[in-house]
Amino acid sequence: MPEQILTVQSLDAYYDDFQALYNVDLELIEGEVLAVIGANGAGKSTLLQSIAGLISNAASQISYRGQSIGDLRADEIAHLGIALVPEGRQLFPSLNVEENLLMGRTTGRTGSWDLQRVYQLFPVLEERRTVASTELSGGQQQMVAIGRALMANPDLILFDEISLGLAPVVIKSIYAAFPRIVETGTSAVIVEQDINMALSMSSRVYCLQEGRVSLQGTPDTLSRDDISRAYFGRI
Amino acid sequence: MDWINALTQGVLLGGLYALFAAGLSLIFGVMRLVNIAHGDMIVLAAYIGLSVTLFLGIHPLAALPVVIVIMAIIGYLLQRLFLNQTIGGDILPPLLVTFGFSIIIQNALLEGYTADPQSLNAGTLETASVDVGGLSLGVLPLLTFAIAVVVIASLQWMFYRTALGRTFRAVSDNQHVAQLMGVNRRHVFGIAMALSLAVTAIAGVLLGIRTSFDPSVGPGRLIFGFEAVIIGGLGNLWGTLVGGIILGVAQTIGAKINPGWQLLAGHLVFLLVLAVRPTGLFPKIKE
Repeated sequence: MPEQILTVQSLDAYYDDFQALYNVDLELIEGEVLAVIGANGAGKSTLLQSIAGLISNAASQISYRGQSIGDLRADEIAHLGIALVPEGRQLFPSLNVEENLLMGRTTGRTGSWDLQRVYQLFPVLEERRTVASTELSGGQQQMVAIGRALMANPDLILFDEISLGLAPVVIKSIYAAFPRIVETGTSAVIVEQDINMALSMSSRVYCLQEGRVSLQGTPDTLSRDDISRAYFGRI
Repeated sequence: MDWINALTQGVLLGGLYALFAAGLSLIFGVMRLVNIAHGDMIVLAAYIGLSVTLFLGIHPLAALPVVIVIMAIIGYLLQRLFLNQTIGGDILPPLLVTFGFSIIIQNALLEGYTADPQSLNAGTLETASVDVGGLSLGVLPLLTFAIAVVVIASLQWMFYRTALGRTFRAVSDNQHVAQLMGVNRRHVFGIAMALSLAVTAIAGVLLGIRTSFDPSVGPGRLIFGFEAVIIGGLGNLWGTLVGGIILGVAQTIGAKINPGWQLLAGHLVFLLVLAVRPTGLFPKIKE
């Protein structure tokens, strides 16, 4: 029986003074890929930022492998093996491609991910390894952001809207790498606007609406009507 | 020949100013903190040098490693205990807190060492000189300049060639994302301040050998440091050395024209650079 790796329990989270999440419950089993969908402002990013420690909460509201982590700092959470690929990529502009990737190694966690394997996953990055990260295309920047998170050898990786602002063909090529990211048993939470992409990559889906979980289930059991109702509210 | 002499002395003096400025530049680069107490910390280092020299009965340069370690520890503790709490979006709180440090350090030094001018006794090093093509160059200014070049080259290497430097640049770019990578920014800021005050220790001991000092001379050294940083361009360490040299040359040439003009000439050149190139001569360029 695989262990439950992440538990979010009655999470109320605030984004500045605005309450973005109300009483959110979520569980993630080891090795599972979970999709979180929802409209703009539904609280998806707040959820990921809470898990990653960028937003501080009550300790008990989030636990990871049985340990309460809700009140830990982001760097402490990174050392536990949770990595966030932040919305908007957020590379370090002063660092070149390889230096950005090496920042992912800060935690010193060991595992199968290293520069060589990231370059195998995204060969274009190896060609551009000494280029300033600001000179990359959006898709390449996203590859660096994903590679940087992988370099930490996380047990749980959180993807925040990695398709945002990218051309469909680029999104496809990035998601094509996805199976190889999770093949070693890494658990993942994908926050995505592109519902079809989210459904095809995940084994379970949560839909958020105005800060509350409005629907959850497996992709094959959810009808399009269920999803659009959970997504937009009453139609 | 007199003019060439003044020019050369100015260049060498610039080395000392670059040492004043390097620590200031480093912490501004890493955490956008303007340390108003920087000049007083230079003077504090000179006094610590004095105490170590007297207590152990050794040459000031032999005491330097001890002063460096003491200042680095002070830097780390100040950052972790006080300054980290002030760092955030607003630049004003750290400015006010370091202004407070400035006053506290000056008064503590007055209490501990009185207002009498002191100097570090370096024996023959203070007056030794070498003849270079008809110019008589002091060994101490030459040594100071050489140390400044080594310090700046080392900082440059650290910033662009080591994991610590990479972390400094990453934190400077985006603290939150650096935290996501597992970087404990409080610790990293502590290290940056420790390094800054280690450089300050070198500047303070060399200042103390070169001239006499008393608890009130810190703010003047701070101004020289600021001017060197601004002339050279923020965030550019080699530019800081050039800025120090320009400031030093302006001062010695000014003094050559009229002894009363030494400081004024330096400030005027600074204002001129600020008016013509507000971002400095060499604004941050990537290596």
